[in-house]
Amino acid sequence: MALTQNPEPKTQNPKENLRIFLTGVGGQGTLLASRLLGEAALAAGYNPMVSETHGMAQRGGIVVSTVILGDLQSPLISAGEADIVLGFEALEAFRALDRCHAKTLVIANTATQVPYPVAIGQARYPSVAQMFQRLAAQVGALLAFDAGALAHKSGSPLAVNMVLLGALAATDSLPIPAQDILSVICTRTKEKFLASNLQAFDLGAAAARDPGNWQRR
Amino acid sequence: MSELLTGSAGERRLFLGNEAIVRGALEAGVALVTTYPGTPASEIGDRCYGISRQTDLQFEFSTNEKVALEVAAGASACGWRVLCAMKHVGLNVAADALMTLAYVGVKGGMVIVSADDPSLFSSQNEQDNRYYAKLAGLPMLEPATPEEAKAMTLAAFALSEQLKVPVLLRTTTRVNHTRGPVTLGELAARPGPGRFYKDPFHLVMVPAVARQAHVRLLAAQDQARALAETSVFNEISGAGAWGIVTSGVAGTYAADALTELGLTGKVRLLKLGFTHPLPATLLGDFLAQVSKVLVVEELEPYLEDGLKAIAQDRGLSLTIRGKGPGLFSRLYEYHPGLVREVVARFFGVASEAPVPLVPEKILEQPLPDRPPNLCAGCPHRAMYYAVKIALKDLGVEGIFPTDIGCYTLGLLPPLSMADYLICMGSSVSTAAGISLATGQKVVAFIGDSTFFHSGLPALVNAVHHKHDFLLVILDNGTTAMTGHQPHPGVSLMPPGYPGEHVPIVRVVKALGVEQLWVVNPFKYKESLAATKEALTASGIRVLISQAPCHLYAQRLSGKRRTARFQVTKSCGECRDCLDNFGCPAMYLEKGDAGQLQIDQELCSGCAFCVQWCENIRPVGVAGKGKE
Ligand code: SF4
Ligand code: SF4
Repeated sequence: MALTQNPEPKTQNPKENLRIFLTGVGGQGTLLASRLLGEAALAAGYNPMVSETHGMAQRGGIVVSTVILGDLQSPLISAGEADIVLGFEALEAFRALDRCHAKTLVIANTATQVPYPVAIGQARYPSVAQMFQRLAAQVGALLAFDAGALAHKSGSPLAVNMVLLGALAATDSLPIPAQDILSVICTRTKEKFLASNLQAFDLGAAAARDPGNWQRR
Repeated sequence: MSELLTGSAGERRLFLGNEAIVRGALEAGVALVTTYPGTPASEIGDRCYGISRQTDLQFEFSTNEKVALEVAAGASACGWRVLCAMKHVGLNVAADALMTLAYVGVKGGMVIVSADDPSLFSSQNEQDNRYYAKLAGLPMLEPATPEEAKAMTLAAFALSEQLKVPVLLRTTTRVNHTRGPVTLGELAARPGPGRFYKDPFHLVMVPAVARQAHVRLLAAQDQARALAETSVFNEISGAGAWGIVTSGVAGTYAADALTELGLTGKVRLLKLGFTHPLPATLLGDFLAQVSKVLVVEELEPYLEDGLKAIAQDRGLSLTIRGKGPGLFSRLYEYHPGLVREVVARFFGVASEAPVPLVPEKILEQPLPDRPPNLCAGCPHRAMYYAVKIALKDLGVEGIFPTDIGCYTLGLLPPLSMADYLICMGSSVSTAAGISLATGQKVVAFIGDSTFFHSGLPALVNAVHHKHDFLLVILDNGTTAMTGHQPHPGVSLMPPGYPGEHVPIVRVVKALGVEQLWVVNPFKYKESLAATKEALTASGIRVLISQAPCHLYAQRLSGKRRTARFQVTKSCGECRDCLDNFGCPAMYLEKGDAGQLQIDQELCSGCAFCVQWCENIRPVGVAGKGKE
């Protein structure tokens, strides 16, 4: 029984539940990425739930968000239950392994942002190659590439989120057409960043089409 | 124009829970919104501020939650619909007003949003504010989703007017900060000026009047209970001989758990949205139909205790469980997997919980933490450094009562400038107690917004009682931690902010503080000298550290500073900057063995470090190269 008279969604939610976990460092645009995914899903007729971290964690801490599609009401993703992980930073992508299961698709930026304890020599940043090698052995598939470099190439170093969205859209693992994501990006982006954002999205999509970036179990 | 002012009835939008609350209030024709910013409620104020610049909605960032509630109460007494939003601990500050406002009652509908924070994402405790509804005797609605948050806000205004008491809308972080589809209704017009009609024998709470008012409050509670019995927000789904009773976001986890465990035909789910007063008949009838009940609620056993009392009344002896070993914890936020596991265990069905992967184990080495840190170029770090070095030079140990804001991050090494914290404003008063009991050198830190919130009475107290400590007011011109909201002493404000500026210096002087220093923390020599003077003096002393929040100043101007700094000589053994200062732009090449460097992307160009370290020079002045 609905609480309010909701009009029926235009289309039904997919039978398959899809849980997407986004993780990165404050300032990388994870929240915008999850919001755009949610908006695109809503436009496509789904009932997305998107949860966000705000507050203290945004001062250079870890920022995670989730996007949930399907016949689910919960806005959160428990350990081992993410179907897709978008890792905006190498270490954070690896840390999110606790959200993954054997079929999870992980899309990760190989670029690093050194945490402060590492910067001052109190902790060691693990080898990126080793992290991704071990991660790939545990999950369904790993798509890893330097999204930071592609963002730079697009002319907007802050567009890592657009690069990763482009890659995600190109994997065909979403029930939402890439076109819907693109049109949400267009309405949500300031004029002056639009060209670079769209280019970043395309560069991400191209990276996803490069078999050299994939490791599958 | 604010997104919350657009869209036609029936349209579906993706709104944050907090935005949904604002939309609900606008659809109810709210005329005034008051708040003091606090995570997870902050976006309510932020959105309303924006809307107040575009419409005739009245809005204010009040100096604290008690003030916010009282301003709202006054307007409600004149017939306006009002909304007052705060984080859970804010309601402690407003509790004095809340308890008796329940007696006074309201005229225009009044909704009080209490945003609780299970798991303490950005709070000092995880108290369960549902007990405030019970304590004050007020109706309470508890949304689980943004869609419900909007619907309940709208309904709460009508309920408040019907019962003539404020209604508590109790949310949790997971509701405030989840985006979900919200179905829009029509926006309502605001009513224009209200009018205060004198009625002192109902509105002035002296004992004789309050005795009668309490009778009215109890009657309103009975009426509220009757409304809860038939509320659309209390819904039963599923069928079977077992039951789950739940509320809030935990209800979404419970519903998913039943679907995923295939239990919808075996377990009835009663999801409560109207949770005070509890609908005793509805609940009693529910309990009478099932043989055992699991209560799924985050934090305290509020529903569980209520259900047990109702079962006792009805002479029912079924099993009712919620909190306890093997079941649910009173600690922290829940999540879907956890609820599924407990539901499966309680009803004795199998659950295939995935075996979680442990990243550290798979990598066979620990993962470095990523603690939040004050920004590069943050004025607080510069001030902390001066106090630290001044104490070192004087050879005395400082005790640091601190307060709530970005500067609380000074707790972390290498700054380590926080020793004691209870709540907003406690730095000033606890400093008095510590210095009284010990005679140690006490230096208290408080931010500008927190100072106006609740530092003022404590400072008057310290002046009056001749307490002996140094209070450092970290005046960065804004309320930075919660997203840069203005306050009476603001120097940085959103464009067009109409508030009157109340300079902290004048306030502090007017309170009778005679020993006062004002420094720019980025002028190191001056601030160090002033700090030493202030530290060596005795009695109550105030040092105001004035420099704008770097992050917000940059955002407002839209420009980045262009000066950059670099290390031009080998540092040898010196690690002063890392041991005492810790700017996030600084790093060691090749881990701990290497040379210190400054990351040009991260350096804010604040030019502070260069004033005390000869090895650091501006980029371009000493050339690119390093030794
Ligand atoms: S937001 Fe402002 S006050 Fe807070 S840490 Fe950054 S510069 Fe400092
Ligand atoms: S000038 Fe020095 S203290 Fe300021 S941001 Fe740059 S490195 Fe940090």
